[in-house]
Amino acid sequence: MKLLLSLKKIWKFYYEGFAGQKSWSRQVWLIIILKLFIMFFVLKLFFFPNFLKTKYTNDKDRGDYVIEQLTNPKK
Amino acid sequence: MIENFDMSLVDWSRAQFALTAMYHWIFVPLTLGLAFIIAIMETIYVKTGNPEWKKITKFWMTLFGINFAIGVATGIILEFEFGTNWSNYSWFVGDIFGAPLAVEGIMAFFMESTFIAVMFFGWNKVSKKFHLISTWLVAVGSNLSALWILVANGWMQNPVGMKFNPDTARNEMVNFWDVLFSPTAVNKFLHTISSAYTLAAIFVIGVSAWYLLKKLNIAFAKKSIVVAAVFGLITSLFTVMTGDNSAREIVRDQPMKFAAMEGLYDGSKGAGLVAFGIMSSTSENGNDNMKDFNFKLEIPNLLSYMAYMDGDAFVPGVNDVINGFTDNDGVVHPSVTTKIEMGRKAIHALKDYKQAQKDKDATLAQTSLNELKENFKYFGYGYFDDPYNTVPPISITFYSFHIMVGLGMWFLLLFTLALLFVYKESIVNNKWFLRAAIWSIPLAYVASQSGWIVAEMGRQPWVIQDLMPTLTAVSNIDTTSVQITFFLFLTVFTGLLIAEIKIMLKQIKLGPNHGGH
Repeated sequence: MKLLLSLKKIWKFYYEGFAGQKSWSRQVWLIIILKLFIMFFVLKLFFFPNFLKTKYTNDKDRGDYVIEQLTNPKK
Repeated sequence: MIENFDMSLVDWSRAQFALTAMYHWIFVPLTLGLAFIIAIMETIYVKTGNPEWKKITKFWMTLFGINFAIGVATGIILEFEFGTNWSNYSWFVGDIFGAPLAVEGIMAFFMESTFIAVMFFGWNKVSKKFHLISTWLVAVGSNLSALWILVANGWMQNPVGMKFNPDTARNEMVNFWDVLFSPTAVNKFLHTISSAYTLAAIFVIGVSAWYLLKKLNIAFAKKSIVVAAVFGLITSLFTVMTGDNSAREIVRDQPMKFAAMEGLYDGSKGAGLVAFGIMSSTSENGNDNMKDFNFKLEIPNLLSYMAYMDGDAFVPGVNDVINGFTDNDGVVHPSVTTKIEMGRKAIHALKDYKQAQKDKDATLAQTSLNELKENFKYFGYGYFDDPYNTVPPISITFYSFHIMVGLGMWFLLLFTLALLFVYKESIVNNKWFLRAAIWSIPLAYVASQSGWIVAEMGRQPWVIQDLMPTLTAVSNIDTTSVQITFFLFLTVFTGLLIAEIKIMLKQIKLGPNHGGH
């Protein structure tokens, strides 16, 4: 019961905080959401795959590949 | 071996990383410093109960909030780049970076994200004291998260507390405390955060100066200037001190970088400090990277004194590092040619070790392992043919360093004058000073970015000092994809910067009487 009351208090705190924001706060929230969308759903997905993770399935192969790159670099 | 690398890919990857890091660093220092200035202002409010200080705190908190929100997560892009463009490097250092970055994530999440909500939403909802504690915790939290990333950067400049595992090709941490308390990491952290505090203090003084120039919010502006000038004077003195310590560290651990910072080609005992210098566009010594000075103002013996606290000490120049030298402690530093030979032995030994393992040749594996251990210290040198390829770009390092130091001196004067004029009650009449204070805001960013240029360009060609050159750190990917993302970032970050400036200017024009957030 106590936990529920605390959770309710926290919810109210955040709800009132967000509801009472000034216009600049709403603008920056929009920018944050847009920015995170571009970063994680555009850049990360389409432009920034993890090179070694996508190329190899286990750490041994990844290590062997890096050693090959370090000891026998090719263009 | 250098001809085996696609230098266009290396250069574009570097340009992209530099672009994202520099944009990220536009937002970070203001967050780090303004958080403390706000905490000090709120402390005054809680101590005095004067509502004017509450208004002041809330106004600067609004500008802090805008900067924090626009800048948040811009650093994540750097982590994307580690995985995609710098996979060899990420793999090579994985274990070392893992721990500091994991701690950073937890710190940032719990301290910043939790208490920032109280800071913005908690006015009149939580007690004054709890709100104040939250504001201080946001300041401490944001600075602690900076600690871990700077420790990681310090390790790259001076790799300590680790062991290379030839089976996995990864460096493994053997002593966390050696990594955390490496003098390079400690000095880097202290110098970086104190310079960030200085930048924030200049920001507050500059914005307040604008109000005074417009004859708006006079009392508010004066009070803000007093807090920022005292804070800035202390932090800029601390920045000078930590910069001095950093330089002494660099001359020992990265003597080539130090020589480039000072434009010192031939070392000497009782070396002079070039306080101001202009390099010529040509070079008579046959090396385009080592341009002669057209003009230089040199203070005798000062460089030796600053580097070793002894005006007659020997300071190595670029040619000394190339040819080998004995330092003031009697330690012999081998020539770069010797280091190249050792590096090649280490690279061949690693290759032989892997082959011996495949062939199940235990004797060759053990011999190769011993050879690798003996020469690993200079592993990265094995990729170079010409010793002069290990010299960083001298002009840009020299100028960036001198711009940073010169501006740092101006900021010290700015804080002193601000306090003097406020004390004499003449600040409103000193219009030249108010204009200078406003123009000092972009100069503070120039100084801050110059510092990072010195740190990162000055350590070239290394991504990890002596162990991994930048050219071996990049992933074997298509250069075109790096070019595309370079321009994508340029667009996104420029958009963010324009948004920040527009929203901030609007809030500044509205002023402190608008009611904060």
